[in-house]
Amino acid sequence: MNVVIIDYNAGNVQSLKFALERLDIKAKLSDKPEIIKAADKVIFPGVGEASTTMRYLQAKKLDKLIPSLKQPVLGICLGMQLLCAFSEEGDTTCLNVFPQEVRRFKPKLKVPHIGWNTISDLKKDLFTEKLEQQYVYFVHSFYVEKGNYTTATCDYITPFSAALQKDNFYATQFHPEKSGSIGASILENFLNV
Amino acid sequence: MLAKRIIPCLDIKDGRTVKGVNFVNLRDAGDPVELGQLYSQEGADELVFLDITATNEKRKTLKALVLKIAKHLDIPFTVGGGIRSIEDVASMLESGADKVSINSAAVKNPQLINELSKHFGSQCIVVAIDARQTNNEWMVHLNGGRVPTDKELLSWAKECVDRGAGEILFTSMDNDGTKAGFANTITAQLSDTLDIPIIASGGAGTMEHFYEAFTKGKADAALAASIFHFKEIGIPDLKKYLKNEGIVIRS
Repeated sequence: MNVVIIDYNAGNVQSLKFALERLDIKAKLSDKPEIIKAADKVIFPGVGEASTTMRYLQAKKLDKLIPSLKQPVLGICLGMQLLCAFSEEGDTTCLNVFPQEVRRFKPKLKVPHIGWNTISDLKKDLFTEKLEQQYVYFVHSFYVEKGNYTTATCDYITPFSAALQKDNFYATQFHPEKSGSIGASILENFLNV
Repeated sequence: MLAKRIIPCLDIKDGRTVKGVNFVNLRDAGDPVELGQLYSQEGADELVFLDITATNEKRKTLKALVLKIAKHLDIPFTVGGGIRSIEDVASMLESGADKVSINSAAVKNPQLINELSKHFGSQCIVVAIDARQTNNEWMVHLNGGRVPTDKELLSWAKECVDRGAGEILFTSMDNDGTKAGFANTITAQLSDTLDIPIIASGGAGTMEHFYEAFTKGKADAALAASIFHFKEIGIPDLKKYLKNEGIVIRS
């Protein structure tokens, strides 16, 4: 299977590459449209700040390419937030695949939300019933509100979207590549879509 | 609910784990990769690798080691020890580390916290603080508690948060190695004052000590080394115990 990880200024893609290697997938890193378009599966990772990252995507013309992709695409963490319509982080207009807004956590509890938390109300294709209430690893200060495309819910300060799906676009707020065997099975489910 | 985290800490010297580790089921107890994997399988929520290699020359081996750890480990891990520049952090993160911890370099040059968190995001910058009580005041110390500084713990911790630290790893040098429990009063004060996660360290001897660190100490995570390495407490038993006591734990 030809899996391409979109290579941009996204911090730690190494662990994602390794997680895929553990599933016997040798993923390519690329920012070239022709290579991304030719992939069977595309992963759009992300750690960082929304407005800076959007500017970077625009400079590389990836802002037009990503929403137009037809194969299964998985956004992770900031990647998921950038697939939404708008982020309060730096008041950023995002890629608008998911018509949802990204909000900053009200600091009623500690922010960032760091650590292992449970996912619930799971819907296919990324999730199976046995993943209900399992722990996955989160690190984030902004969250996507719950909406029609929410396929997993997590509760921290407020219930929020732990995962989204619309057509060929999938996204997780948590890091499947860092979530032990549970995370590996979610990545596997994406690869099997 | 967000789970409390259990974090084993592995000291690394010249690419090998130190502190006589006696695991019978490990082929090579000095291999940080194998030990890290074992802890991960046992249910550790995160790992900290602390490089205590003295020379910069030897430190180059660390990058290769971090790459190897990342290849095999599917839980988050932090690398610390001698990190003092953007280049150091970039090298660790590119090799697959999720976070770095900085200690002395931050005390000597607080602006480093701002630079690192701006460059890499707060989420991957852990500031480690070693402190001990002198004349009823918690004072920050360097070099494993040997070198006192003029910084008071709470004000320094607050400054770290303002400068962009994502987490505070607080070690009480008064408790470290005593196995008499964590410094819960001051840990709770840190946790109440700061709005970022606090990792408590120093003093773990029994399973009850972890319970107290999470309840009295209000810690978000608890770190320990020798009690795990010497198998005095097994992580599965510890997690079972904490869960039975009503602590939210990933199992």
